[in-house]
Amino acid sequence: MKARDILVGMTCASLLGAAVLASKAQAQDSIYVPLLTYRTGPYSGSGTPIANGMHDYLAMLNERDGGIGGVKLNIEECETGYDTKKGVECWESIKGKNPAVVNPYSTGITLQIIPKAAVDKIPILSMAYGLSASAVGDKFPWVFNPPATYWDGLSMVMRYIGGKEGGLDKLKGKTVGFIFLESPYGREPLPLLQQFSKDYGFTVKEYSVAGKEMQDQSAQWLAVRRDRPDWMIMWGWGAMNPTAVKRAAENGYPMDHFIGVWWSGSDDDGRGGGQTAKGYLSLNFNGLGSNYPAIQDIKKYVVDKGKSQVEKDKFAENFYNRGVYNSVLVAEAIRNAQKLSGKKVVTGEDVRRGLETLNISEAHWKELGFPNFAAPISGVNCTDHNGHAPAYMQQWDGAKWVKISDWIQPMKEKVRPMLDEAAKEYVEKNTGWPKRTEACDKSS
Amino acid sequence: MGLLYQIFIDPFVQMGTAPDLFVQTLWEGLVGGMLYALIALGFVLIFKASGVFNFAQGIMVVFAALTLVGLYNVGVPAFLALGLSIAVMFVLAFTVERVVLRPLVNQPDIILFMATFGITYFLIGFGEFVFGGDPKVMITDQLYLPKGTITYKALGGVVSLQKLDIAAAIIASIMVAGLAVFFSKTRIGRALRAVADSHSAALSVGISLEQIWVIVWFAAGLVALVTGIFWGARSDVSFALDVIALKALPVLILGGFTSIPGAIVGGLIIGIGEKLGEFYWGPLIGGGTDAWFAYVIALVFLLFRPQGLFGERIIERV
Repeated sequence: MKARDILVGMTCASLLGAAVLASKAQAQDSIYVPLLTYRTGPYSGSGTPIANGMHDYLAMLNERDGGIGGVKLNIEECETGYDTKKGVECWESIKGKNPAVVNPYSTGITLQIIPKAAVDKIPILSMAYGLSASAVGDKFPWVFNPPATYWDGLSMVMRYIGGKEGGLDKLKGKTVGFIFLESPYGREPLPLLQQFSKDYGFTVKEYSVAGKEMQDQSAQWLAVRRDRPDWMIMWGWGAMNPTAVKRAAENGYPMDHFIGVWWSGSDDDGRGGGQTAKGYLSLNFNGLGSNYPAIQDIKKYVVDKGKSQVEKDKFAENFYNRGVYNSVLVAEAIRNAQKLSGKKVVTGEDVRRGLETLNISEAHWKELGFPNFAAPISGVNCTDHNGHAPAYMQQWDGAKWVKISDWIQPMKEKVRPMLDEAAKEYVEKNTGWPKRTEACDKSS
Repeated sequence: MGLLYQIFIDPFVQMGTAPDLFVQTLWEGLVGGMLYALIALGFVLIFKASGVFNFAQGIMVVFAALTLVGLYNVGVPAFLALGLSIAVMFVLAFTVERVVLRPLVNQPDIILFMATFGITYFLIGFGEFVFGGDPKVMITDQLYLPKGTITYKALGGVVSLQKLDIAAAIIASIMVAGLAVFFSKTRIGRALRAVADSHSAALSVGISLEQIWVIVWFAAGLVALVTGIFWGARSDVSFALDVIALKALPVLILGGFTSIPGAIVGGLIIGIGEKLGEFYWGPLIGGGTDAWFAYVIALVFLLFRPQGLFGERIIERV
């Protein structure tokens, strides 16, 4: 009996030891890429396609190329439910596993983990969301938000409106409505909108939508009907978007004067309204559809092999491609980090340098299998962690999104000084905010 | 002075100068209120039968709507899918009675309340496992629900009524009235009231607690299905619908947890009140008031009637 106990004990110990060794070996042989995603909860409609796109591109690199630079990527999702508390818990659970970079996928979560990034030496990639001011690399060396900030997005919307009105000065005396999810994300562009209103002499009407009310919105759209804004801008997310599009159509708002930010332009957002949503506009910065060699590779190596969670008819929809775009940035930052550090298995500190030297030219996009998929990312450096890339306008034609404009450049000259000011204010408010000590690398 | 004018005078001036918008706001409130009343009714039925606030009512709305759309999406004809969804809600009621409620007979209410949390999380997980987290489009056309707008030029402006909203208001009214009659005039209704008063007393006179529980949970399931169809058609069918059920809380505070007429009147007061509040007074404080204004209305009522509008006054000897 005693001998049997010893045998069982030894077997268990050896199994445990083997498991520890295996996980250590994996840790040493792979690059850990955690993805904070939400496939559950009230915002899963927006979160799921993005999670699929992010996962599948990285999985494709593993399958097709054996990872990046010959090192496999260890992809792990942490479910946040778009809940800030859960997002912070995710950060705490992954920070000890040497993550290369963290994608929070929520402005609320991003705001909470920004102060932790420098302490834990983990870079944050809040791709076109998060704190706009974190584009200032001098103050936020660990946070990156390419290709454009929310403030860039708003300036692009204003440029588009200006183009339609015959000049921004023609907005004088007019009314611009702003409907937004009552959250840090929804409120983020408001300071710039107020500034624009002063500069160009238009009135701003704000319509706040609480998360609990996002599937109703009837009072907000009645107010829109009362105020008759000349243009409506939306910063919505999740079920707020399709509901807003439906209510706008029901209230007879001209859909071609209703513009959503890039997070208010998923296929589900238009599909809910169907034909009545025809004409609705939204910004976008990634290509539409599956007609790109790399997207076809994802299909071949991941989707067709049953290694993806995407439903076949939702493959390569707009938000799926958005997730892919996000993972391209992650992958290229890791590639840069490998070059800069000379190491195969890179750390968060290396990837921070990789992100700071991110440079994806038109030719490089093509080389990666994404010809004409997105605008080049060229302006990211030590002081600018964003790049302020352009976006384009897409329009819902009743069944799908259609690209209707060329690249619209952000008003960098307006946005940048405000970003610098906001970053300065953030640092002043957060007493003891560390001064940048990280060295500066040359762009790749 | 300006602020007082904006609070006490200007909204009423607006109501007078733009009566079309006032009527439109009342209509939107009425439709929302009927749907709130329907959700609240689901809570009231279960509370009457088991003395438990059913935390799972919200997720039952999501689960019922997802079942309907999910079945249709795999090729089941729309009306057969509707029938099957009703059957699924019956199976759910039966399972809840067998697996959750029966083992907890005569346990303190808090135990049963916590059990409804368990049901909620089970249904969230099971729903996501079976149907996925993606939002789905409600099959309104296939169920021959009307669409489009009826527009009246009246009151110096335009009043537009969504045909879907009219259908929602009518069906919700019929359902509320039908359930109210069923549970107040029939033998089962009387049995339900007996169960609500005392489980053991009801058992002693031969009322089957199990049968009553299955019936009320099934009725709550039907209510959830109808609510899910209409809220799903107004927005989309996703797990975000879960939060709609929370709107029933102020309705219940206002109407009382045990009163069917209370659920109806409370629903209408909350629905109309929050829309008027957001439309006329919301802009004064930056909007977005409808998330909490309903609770303010409920609290104001509670100052004068702590047991709710129609709730039973509890007098205990000390």
